[in-house]
Amino acid sequence: MITLDVLLFASYADAAGAASVRVLVADGARVADVVQAVRIAAPAIALPARPLVAINHRYASPEAVIGATDEVALIPPVAGG
Amino acid sequence: MRTALVTRPIDVAALAAEVGAPAHGALSLFVGTVRNVNDGRAVDGIEYNAYAPMAARELGEIAREAAARFGSAQIVIEHRTGFLALGEASVAIAVGHERRANAMDASRWIIEELKRRVPIWKLEHYADGTREWVAQGHA
Repeated sequence: MITLDVLLFASYADAAGAASVRVLVADGARVADVVQAVRIAAPAIALPARPLVAINHRYASPEAVIGATDEVALIPPVAGG
Repeated sequence: MRTALVTRPIDVAALAAEVGAPAHGALSLFVGTVRNVNDGRAVDGIEYNAYAPMAARELGEIAREAAARFGSAQIVIEHRTGFLALGEASVAIAVGHERRANAMDASRWIIEELKRRVPIWKLEHYADGTREWVAQGHA
């Protein structure tokens, strides 16, 4: 198993009341599995059907495999500029 | 080419000077500023929050892609974070090019990509004392 502290920002962080959420996923877990784990661990975050996820500062597809040392972040809809 | 996330005020004139060159026929400068109304609500200021390492990386990627796409390496982008008062510059994009069309097209492309990809969020502070995260597409 892999323990991940998934980073949260903006509206997601406010909803969870924290800057990260800890989840436990199986070895070889994919982005979609991590999203599912976050839905259970932090149901207060109203995640969309396919939230944006970044692995090591790059956007990742739902099929991307997570490594134990990866930095994983949930990215709310961006609004820079 | 240079991109940066900054917490200090953006020096727009310095950005323009940075991309200037004798071979250029054009210098395009875009400055995004904090507006006093959004969706009909009076705004006092905006707090810009970023996933800093990723935002910095995406800004660099966008500048590199723009340089390849529009044929100019004379590109500087700065985005500010923290609390900004009305009228303050949140983002500035300077592009120098031999031709005005390339300079202007690059500038427009960069701001649209930035709004689409760079992990930055706006917490609007309203005149009535409430605060709200700005939803995508309302920027």
